[in-house]
Amino acid sequence: MTTTSERNVTGTSFTRGLGIVTLLGIVLLVILGLFVSPADVNQGESVRIMYAHVPGAWLAYLAFIVTGVSSAAYLWKRTRSLTWDRFAGASAEVGVLFMGISLVTGSLWGRITWGTYWTWDARLTTTAFLFVTYVGYLAVRGLGGSHHQRARRSAVLALLAVLEIPLVHFSVRLWNTLHQEASVAGRGTDVTMDGLMLFSLFLGVVVFTLMYVWLVLHRQRALALQDMVEDTGLDAALAARRAEAAV
Amino acid sequence: MSETRRAFASVRATARLIAIKDLRIERRGRVLTNQVLPFALIVMVMFAFALDSDAVLERVAPGLVWLATLFSTLFVIARSFAVESADGALDQLRTSGAPSAGIFLGKALALMAQLLVLVVVLVAAAVVLYRADISGQGGVLLVTTALAATGGLAAVGTLYGGLSAGAKGRETLLPLLVLPVVAPVLIGATRATESAFGTNGIAVSEGWPWLGLLVVFAVLFSVTGAIAFGSLLDE
Amino acid sequence: MDDLGFILGSYLVTFGSISLYVASVVRRSRRAGREVPREQRPWT
Repeated sequence: MTTTSERNVTGTSFTRGLGIVTLLGIVLLVILGLFVSPADVNQGESVRIMYAHVPGAWLAYLAFIVTGVSSAAYLWKRTRSLTWDRFAGASAEVGVLFMGISLVTGSLWGRITWGTYWTWDARLTTTAFLFVTYVGYLAVRGLGGSHHQRARRSAVLALLAVLEIPLVHFSVRLWNTLHQEASVAGRGTDVTMDGLMLFSLFLGVVVFTLMYVWLVLHRQRALALQDMVEDTGLDAALAARRAEAAV
Repeated sequence: MSETRRAFASVRATARLIAIKDLRIERRGRVLTNQVLPFALIVMVMFAFALDSDAVLERVAPGLVWLATLFSTLFVIARSFAVESADGALDQLRTSGAPSAGIFLGKALALMAQLLVLVVVLVAAAVVLYRADISGQGGVLLVTTALAATGGLAAVGTLYGGLSAGAKGRETLLPLLVLPVVAPVLIGATRATESAFGTNGIAVSEGWPWLGLLVVFAVLFSVTGAIAFGSLLDE
Repeated sequence: MDDLGFILGSYLVTFGSISLYVASVVRRSRRAGREVPREQRPWT
């Protein structure tokens, strides 16, 4: 056992390189997004929020898709492995983080552009439900029990979310059409994107993808370590009990 | 062919036994009649205090009926699985070799029966307290809505109740898991009930599409639940 | 300009919360890493 506290536990030379590139990308994105890129004709300065908001939302959706696929891979007997379960968990955690961020940045953007933090638009409402659903998913992962118990519970839950989200979206859209016209249609986001704005948005997507990969790799490894600690802790406790009984 | 028929018969027999068992437990314990129903009624009275206007109450009565139903449903689900996780009853069910689809359907049916009683009482309360008005045709819509909505709620409740059964902190976890999923039921049932009550002059005929949503929801979650329940039970 | 706070705020929320998350992951992995020898980690 290593007694000294290591600085780098879950890193490899790959993630270190990835981390450096990601940091450079973040710096570049902030400079481009906040200072270099021009203001939008319709949205004015508020378009700058988009460079963080849109990639965050996209990557959150991607993260939840990865969670669903990993969960299916775990449930399928031929590929059953706790590694899939840990990838599902790590991806969901990063997805919840990104979705939370894009809900906040989105409502700040809405306050500037629409004059309101929130509208009952179907996409917005579904996103909020998605967020709460995966918060619940993470809570279920924390319930305890054996590793495989956790994996099976959460995998079923992740697949149920795949069923739930289209239903929620559909019913919110039905409900919504009674009240108002879709307010997002008049957003004017991608109408007058010039080259530099488009490039900033593209850079945002790249940076968020890099962040996602870095975060999921590290979190997955941290989860593996935590599982190992629980296993060895259990073994140690069992050994101690046996030693007690032998005396 | 006789193989599948035997499997279906076994599922049906299990479902019947489990449903009868759960309803018998309820009849002896009287948790629904002595605790959940009074709770639901007091919630209806509290809504009236909070909203403080006959006109507003009349307009939002359908929504309040289904909100009260949802909140009370959480208690009924918790009760349904507290019974199972006590004394390792769920482990015995698991090892008994009974088909898990049958266990799921049985528990869902018992849950649905209790929820129907709840909805009937809450609709009656809406008529008395909020001056809701039911015509003949609206009555038909209301009954079918109640059947479809409670069916969906029961399927979701059994699925998520089974998921969190026996875990620590399930009392607080269950609402977090269930409420987002049943949002379509709240939307659909409320709109259909608005038509049935004729709230804001909405015609009864406008309620039928919402009933369709409820039926789709109930069928989807019943089928999924019957398939997925097994992997939640066997450890 | 009124919007400036909102725009800077959204960048702060984004990268601030991601930094906090990174810190928490690193902290958890260091704590767990103390009890798992290097040879047992599949990625080393």
